[in-house]
Order: sequence, then C-alpha cells, then structure tokens
Amino acid sequence: MTKIDTSRPETVLPTPSHTVGPFYGHALPFPGGGDIAPIGHPDTITVQGYITDGEGNPLPDAFVELWGADPEGNIPQVDGSIRRDPASGGYLGRNGVEFTGWGRVQTDANGHWYARTLRPGARGQHAPYLSVCVFARGLLVHLYTRIYLPGDEAALASDPLLRRVDEARRGTLIAADQGNGTYRFDIRLQGEGETVFLEFQ
Amino acid sequence: MTLTQHDIDQEIAAEHAAYEKRIADGAPVEHQPRRDYAPYRSSVLRHPKQPPVTIDVAKDPELVELSSPAFGERDITEIDNDLTRQHNGEPIGERITVSGRLLDRDGRPIRGQLIEIWQANSAGRYAHQREQHDAPLDPNFTGVGRTLTDADGHYHFTTVQPGPYPWRQHLNAWRPAHIHFSLFGTAFTQRLVTQMYFPSDPLFPYDPIIQSVTDDAARQRLVATYDHSLSVPEFSMGYQWDIVLDGPNATWIEEGR
Repeated sequence: MTKIDTSRPETVLPTPSHTVGPFYGHALPFPGGGDIAPIGHPDTITVQGYITDGEGNPLPDAFVELWGADPEGNIPQVDGSIRRDPASGGYLGRNGVEFTGWGRVQTDANGHWYARTLRPGARGQHAPYLSVCVFARGLLVHLYTRIYLPGDEAALASDPLLRRVDEARRGTLIAADQGNGTYRFDIRLQGEGETVFLEFQ
Repeated sequence: MTLTQHDIDQEIAAEHAAYEKRIADGAPVEHQPRRDYAPYRSSVLRHPKQPPVTIDVAKDPELVELSSPAFGERDITEIDNDLTRQHNGEPIGERITVSGRLLDRDGRPIRGQLIEIWQANSAGRYAHQREQHDAPLDPNFTGVGRTLTDADGHYHFTTVQPGPYPWRQHLNAWRPAHIHFSLFGTAFTQRLVTQMYFPSDPLFPYDPIIQSVTDDAARQRLVATYDHSLSVPEFSMGYQWDIVLDGPNATWIEEGR
C-alpha cells in the first residue's frame, strides 16, 4: 500500500532504499557538480580521491555527494546548486558567487573524483569535516562517511566521532594533505583499509 | 557455467527463509535491504564488512548531517516535471501521471525539497550511452525529470509507462518496469535513492533487486497504487506513490523554523 494515512502513525513506515543502478549518468550528475567554491574564494580547497571495491578495483559507476559548513561553521541554506536555464531547459550552472555547500561528483573511468569547495569551519565540539554520501551500482543502500582535514591534531583528538573510532581505522576518515590546499581522500568500500561508514540514529 | 534464473530463484528463496527465521527468533523487522545481498551480484564486492559506526543525532544538534542542502525555483523549470514535453514531438507510450506526498517518519510533509526521477522509455531503453539493450531509442523521450514538493509535500510527474528491460546479470534476467527516484529531506541523514514499481508486475518474483527488500510489507511500499480518480480523462493513467524518508531528523530544528 503506498497511500500513507498520516492520522495513523503505525502506517507511516519508511520507503526502502534501492540501488541507483548503472544508468543514472544522464540524469543525476551535472556540469560543475564538484565546483562548489565560489570563483576566486581564498578559502577554496580541493579534495580528490578514488573509490575502490573489495578487490581494490576502481568504481567507474559511482558518485559522491558532499555537504558541508562554510568557513565560519555556518550551514548554507542557499539554493542554486543545479540552476536551470528557463529558455533552453539545460543547466545554467552555479552563479560562481553564492556558496550552497552541496555538490555531486561522478567518478571517472579510473574511479577518480574531485571537488573544489570551501574549507569547512568547526561546529560545536566537532573538528571541521565534510559530510559524504556515496552512491553506486551495487550499493543497495547509500553509504555515509566524513572527510576530516588534517592539521589541527588537538581538534581531531577531541572530536566526538573520531574519539570513538578504533585507532587502526581512524585514519580512513582523515584526508591526506597534498600541499597547495589539496587533500586526498580515498573511499574503500570493502576489505583492507575499509573506510569507516556511519549510521545515524 | 551459465548463471540461470533458477539459480537466482533458489538464492532469493534462501535469503527470504533466513529473514523469516530471524523474525521468528525475535529480530526486528528490516525495512531496508541488507547491503550484502548476493542474489544481486553487484553487491558482493561493494558492501562494507565492518559494521557502521552509529551516531545518535539526539545528542548533538551541531551535526552537519542534521541539515540538508536547499533547492529552489532557480533549480528547476516549470515543465521539468513533465517528461512528455521535453522534445519537439510526443514520446511513444502509454501516458501516466505519478503523484504523492513526501513525508518524514513522523508523517510530516517535506516542503520545497528536490525530487529527481529517471527511467527507461516505453520500449525499455535508457537514453544512456552505456546502455547496450537493442530496443529502440525514442527521439522524443530522455526520461529525466525533477520537481520541488509543495507546501503539503505533494509532488506530481507526467511521463510514459516505462518498459521492462533485460540486464544480463544471469540468463534471461529482466528488470520489472520502474521509475528511479532521488529524494532529499530536511536532514542529510534522510537522503534516499529508490525505485517505484507498478502494481502486479509478473517479474517481481524473479528480480533480485526488488527481492533485496526481504520484508514483504516493506517491498509493497515500493509499488505504486493505481487510482482511477487520478487518471486524467482522455490523457493518462494515474498512480499514487507516497514516500516516507527513513533516517532521523531533529525536531528542534523544525520547531525553530
């Protein structure tokens, strides 16, 4: 039954997840999906990495969504990530001025993705991080993880999530500094070096 | 050795029996598919083997994941929810209208949020370069749409009935007709990508993707309801599909708005 009667709470049950399948490429990714930072912003960082499966093979049919705070730690509530052109119906692109905080990035044939966004600021007791949601053929339910940036060891050591993660796996949540404001963050879905994934309750 | 439908049928039955046994032993109802569901072979090397680290959102109002990206009128055009009007001519196929409400776990409407859909054409072919099925492409159908929910969480799409298609996982593997949906809530924790099916599809028992939802009632929630009052005279068949986003959100954020 898929007509929900909201006056009967016992009938309000979650719609199950399904895989995105292999044929979303003409529908979900969009040009400039990873160019989240306003053009020329001094707090711009680049994050990049590979997504690999349990045999270490890259995923050419995956995408990530990034969601993060602005450099002051405020949550953007700005639309315009996927602006359309009302004349042609095509993508107009971001306006290059406003920061929406959200992007969607398709992996290439090598399983590589990149995004340029603003360095997130800290919120509450947390070390600064970008929230990540991974989708792919073969994932029946998407996967959440986080990209923490290296540098401030004290902040990382006191982060409420990182404190709870086994020392041996903690590093999978912290990007590697490659210089020039570029950070590497690989996502390993399974096996050796498996990324820590999160479940919200 | 060629993998047959019979092999997959047996695996599906075994997974279903294992779930029934878990329930009989007192385990909770599983509203979501397991990430490791071998009858869908693509999941085998793509599911984490370590358990996820759980985060209790009620303890921490500062979580980035308790907020959601915003979308607005700039992000859609007025006809983006009508997949039959994107080209010069009309697409081939049976016109349908699909509508419903987007709700959270408490039954509250999700307002002004983005819904994206994509689907095969009426012959079962996606307008995607990597799609190898030799059914005809329709020059008047791309099969991609988007809309924003209204103040009551309602959405509405006009499209054509998608066809079933073969997908080569095993010999004679066919996907039941479906429309893919991508949804956002008020919190990033509520993000959902799923598929909507049509009533009484004879392919349901054979498809490991829909069967990955092993709970019978949960699986039914993926199937739209035909509603004659939603059929438009001289125009379309009407289906209703209400969507409930799983995943916690923060009540205090809602109340503060």
